[in-house]
Amino acid sequence: MAVQLDARPPVAPAPRSTRPVRGVRLSRFDTKYSPYLYIAPFFLLFGVFGAYPLAYTFWVSLHDWDLLGAEHPFIGLDNYSQLLADPDFWHSVVNTLGIFVISTVPQLLAALWLANLLNRQLRARTTWRMAVLVPNVTSTAAVAIVFAVLFGREFGMINWLLDHVGVSAIDWKANRFAAWVAISTMVDWRWTGYNALIFLAAMQAIPRDLYESASIDGAGRARQFWSITVPLLKPTIIFAVIISTIGGLQLFTEPRMFNSGTNAIRGGPLRESQTVTMYMFENAFAPHYNFGYGSAIAWLLFALIAVVAAINVLLLRRLGGGSRKEVSR
Amino acid sequence: MTRVWSASRLTYLALALSALLSIFPIYWMFVVASRTSDAMGQVPPPLTPGGNLGANIARLFDNTDAYFLTGLINSTIVAVTVTVSVVFFATLAGFAFAKLRFRGRNALLLVIVATMMVPTQLGVIPLYLLMTKLNWNDRLPAVIVPALVTGFGVFMMRQYAGQAVSTELIEAARMDGCNTARIYWNVVLPALRPAAAVLGLLTFMTTWNDFLWPYAVLNDPENPTVQLSLRALSDGYYQDMSQVFTGTAIATLPLLLVFVLFGRQIIGGIMEGAVKA
Repeated sequence: MAVQLDARPPVAPAPRSTRPVRGVRLSRFDTKYSPYLYIAPFFLLFGVFGAYPLAYTFWVSLHDWDLLGAEHPFIGLDNYSQLLADPDFWHSVVNTLGIFVISTVPQLLAALWLANLLNRQLRARTTWRMAVLVPNVTSTAAVAIVFAVLFGREFGMINWLLDHVGVSAIDWKANRFAAWVAISTMVDWRWTGYNALIFLAAMQAIPRDLYESASIDGAGRARQFWSITVPLLKPTIIFAVIISTIGGLQLFTEPRMFNSGTNAIRGGPLRESQTVTMYMFENAFAPHYNFGYGSAIAWLLFALIAVVAAINVLLLRRLGGGSRKEVSR
Repeated sequence: MTRVWSASRLTYLALALSALLSIFPIYWMFVVASRTSDAMGQVPPPLTPGGNLGANIARLFDNTDAYFLTGLINSTIVAVTVTVSVVFFATLAGFAFAKLRFRGRNALLLVIVATMMVPTQLGVIPLYLLMTKLNWNDRLPAVIVPALVTGFGVFMMRQYAGQAVSTELIEAARMDGCNTARIYWNVVLPALRPAAAVLGLLTFMTTWNDFLWPYAVLNDPENPTVQLSLRALSDGYYQDMSQVFTGTAIATLPLLLVFVLFGRQIIGGIMEGAVKA
């Protein structure tokens, strides 16, 4: 596909000889109905491959729905009650939340710091921006494989570096917390630069005279950052947190590829790094093909995302300067 | 310029460190891909490319576990088809939402925005059942068709069309007796070109990278996407790391090429989207 990237002004249609307007009725039909024709593809495809599966997930979750079973008996909320009493499920929830917290918090702080660096008079501005964004455009599965090797116990470069500062070899895959740290590192490597660019865009929209008057009032750089930049960035920070929540709680590719071999979907021999989505996969597809149970996991994951996102927003509203509005219910 | 905005040496040093951390894993992937497998055990680890890339590529393409060439071809087919389709339908719908008046416009747009909030994971199981019904399991339509149009794309184009397409021009074309299809093709599409290019780039990269859904629906090891070939490589071949890394390097290469060529547009797209959000 040849894409022309220069933004030229739109080309006006070539003037044609004025001919009598043909078929007034036809053109009225055109203006009235063609908009619907243009948006129809989205709604048709989304209806079949988006909305229907969503509703259907809930329907399936109310059944004992097995790949091999000829019957799919209705069992009400049994899948859900079974799930709430399933230690492996809660184990995967704790893994997911743990990885989410230890990846998101440092990531957003690092992104703020990086955005602040990029928001100066720099030579080769675009090159720096590209350098921090490049992790985001690589293949997730490929990078997860590379990081899994970097975090290898015997020959991994990370352990080799730690050895230099006197830390003995860490078994990154077999220790639950170490596995969380390794996976969080991948996620942070991938997303810090992306979030930094989003924060940078918001920083550039802040009027400079705010800083200048603060500077006249004797506020130093750090003070300006915490008293002007961060409060004004709050909507953007909330946006970034919500996006990180939706993405982070669905984490799948990185932990799946961090583990290898036949039982990789379990996230290690003792499920050290199995996330909720991996657990859903393990139940819904090979080896169990228990669609009903898998669907119940999917819905609970959705609920979890909604709850965590809401908590984040409330927390962030409370924090930050000045606008302490009590959220009325 | 006040002092605040200048970049000190320390700024450059910090940026250089960040850039090094960003680039190193990618660089190292290419280093291992060009060496023999015993490079993995060397102390200190080698940091310069070797001369073994050709042999690794040959072994990789012969590997009957990975079907790597099939994976590359499949990923290309999927990513190109999805990209063209997403850009076409998104510009069409975005134009309609931004510039045409019709009943229910705002409500329908709200529906589209709502679809962007829903995690994909939620629909994977019924989608799988649906593909079984359609007999598309293990076949490319299963990964292509659900992705042919995205809410994100429609919304992005609607935002851009609102400011980039001049209403006067549309009116004038109408007076000249152009029908809506002609206006889309001759007036709207040329004006949307820059944003459509960014959407195309982002869509191509996302689709090339997609892992979860192909992993669920393409279970035939002989018909993978390139990401699934990588999975087969990494799960199967533990001793031959240089071959696995050759695979990861080749799978990453198209993305890096796109990024080197169009990085400026991609960065612009991400930053502009952020301000509007």
